[in-house]
Amino acid sequence: MSQEVLLKVKDLRTEFFTSKTSSVTAVANISFDIYKGEILGLVGESGCGKSVTSLSIMQLLKDTPGKITNGEVVLDGVDLITASDAQIRDIRGGKMSMIFQEPMSSLNPSMRIDKQMIEGICLHTDMSKEQAREHAAEMLKKVGIPDPQRVLKNYPHQLSGGMSQRVMIAMAMSNDPQLLIADEPTTALDVTIQAQILDLMKKIQKEEQSSILLITHDLGVVAEMCSRVIVMYAGKIVEEAPVGILFNNPTHPYTQGLIASVPKLGSGVKVLPSIPGSVPDLSSMPEGCRFAPRCKYATEKCRTQEPPLAVVGENQKCRCWLKIEE
Amino acid sequence: MGRYFVRRLLETIPLMLIISIFVFMFIHLLPGDPAKTLAGVEATVEEVEAIREEWGLNDPLIVQYGNYMKDLLRGDMGRSLKSSTPVTELILSRFQYTIQLVLAGVLWAPALGIFIGVMCAIKRGKAFDLGGMLFAIAGLSAPGFWVGLMLIQVFAVTLGWLPSGGLDSWKSLILPSVVMGLGIMATLARYSRSSMLETLREDYVRTARAKGQKESVVMFSHAFKNSLIQVVTILGLQIGGLLSGSVITETIFSIPGMGRLLVDSIAYRDYPAIQGLLMIFSLQYVLINLLVDLLYGVINPKIRYD
Repeated sequence: MSQEVLLKVKDLRTEFFTSKTSSVTAVANISFDIYKGEILGLVGESGCGKSVTSLSIMQLLKDTPGKITNGEVVLDGVDLITASDAQIRDIRGGKMSMIFQEPMSSLNPSMRIDKQMIEGICLHTDMSKEQAREHAAEMLKKVGIPDPQRVLKNYPHQLSGGMSQRVMIAMAMSNDPQLLIADEPTTALDVTIQAQILDLMKKIQKEEQSSILLITHDLGVVAEMCSRVIVMYAGKIVEEAPVGILFNNPTHPYTQGLIASVPKLGSGVKVLPSIPGSVPDLSSMPEGCRFAPRCKYATEKCRTQEPPLAVVGENQKCRCWLKIEE
Repeated sequence: MGRYFVRRLLETIPLMLIISIFVFMFIHLLPGDPAKTLAGVEATVEEVEAIREEWGLNDPLIVQYGNYMKDLLRGDMGRSLKSSTPVTELILSRFQYTIQLVLAGVLWAPALGIFIGVMCAIKRGKAFDLGGMLFAIAGLSAPGFWVGLMLIQVFAVTLGWLPSGGLDSWKSLILPSVVMGLGIMATLARYSRSSMLETLREDYVRTARAKGQKESVVMFSHAFKNSLIQVVTILGLQIGGLLSGSVITETIFSIPGMGRLLVDSIAYRDYPAIQGLLMIFSLQYVLINLLVDLLYGVINPKIRYD
């Protein structure tokens, strides 16, 4: 894998405004890179800021109370945060596209599939409508839809969840994006369809040599798909590592807890380990390490001083005093 | 779409039958004796009885209903007790005035209301939103008779620009059309605002933006059309209300429409006329709801295909 950076996120901070003056921080100054041709996993519990991170990268926080208050998101030399609306529109759906968690509600219910796909293709290419329609049919074939012409004429309610997600992927990939952001793309689908969709994404990623930012709370999906993983907790990155290292040698107690709480076949364990407590409320973050109240190794220092995200091994970063001081 | 239409059309038949029973029952439950009204204050008991016999008022209710339905199916709604003219003729002579009034209101109010509502949603929290909603609340809370009288005072009496009543020229339609449309406009402005705001939060609106679509296209081809589904229901109810609720406007502007005919007929216990009018009002309501259902089908493919 080449180590050429495709997308650089630096010090990104997204706040949600509950009134004009008060806000809660959903994403607290996170920095990471996505390399060309890799699948980067972003994992964490619900409410840790994964989806907000993806929406912030896509500049899709309109019609939400969320606002990016700091940082840079640089794709191909363009800072998306300071870019003009026209520049953003050009990038969205072009160089960078996104698929969402709920495929059924992500398609416009009153528009046929062909119109929805052609719209996206014509925005970013010089194709005529007929050419775009042909291209759309090709894309549907690529994502494993056996009868593209029929599906093109359908309305979203005539498709199943798995079919809808295939259509969403076809739509997102139709302009050869360099980066595909997939926000929990299989969470709403049943298990057999999940595997098909993941295989499909992997296949397309290999063929097109694109990068994927895969957001999920499912460590199984991460192990299956990703080359590198970022673990988020309460709006911060707590660990970053290549997937093999993360699973074999997790350094942050939170990551260790997450991995321990995955059920294993044949392990004979009667009670599944879990992390005690729950994610802190955004409006009352603990001082010091945000994970300290739930951490069995927490010391006085952990509760009062926030650890930095430090390099703790080859390609591995961790935000934990215990590791830093080792 | 064709099958959906035929199914909905056929469904209106039993509905109208049930309505006819209710209308008939309701009229006969009203206090007061039409035979006495017809015979006059000084009539003898025998005279009243003769009138009862002549009009079939002594027959059992079920027989009376049967006779009524038999005539109704032939287009005969009986004769008015008051003027002895056929009710059908009576209603037809008034129908054109009411329909003119309703059209005058319907032609501008829904479009303006939806426009204001949608713009308020797009400009949520800004001055336009505040002003638009203030206007809508004012329009909703101002009683029709008061608005009518104020309009007459300003435009007919003080300024002398427009006539104060009657329906002689297009000019005389302007003030009544304002009174007729104001409520619809205000209601639709509020509904389309909230419906649009709800739609703007939908996932597919985000998808449209994620495609790189222009904000104006996102608003109109993706959000607006879907937000109309809720609005159309309200529109149907409002227009239905207009058809039967034109009585205040007709009274203020001295327009001899169906609303006024109904009030006069009730005062006179003119059973055949009241029955005929109620049936016509119900039919209009049912037809408008049918139209709304068809519009649903046009807007929402899910309904069309199920």
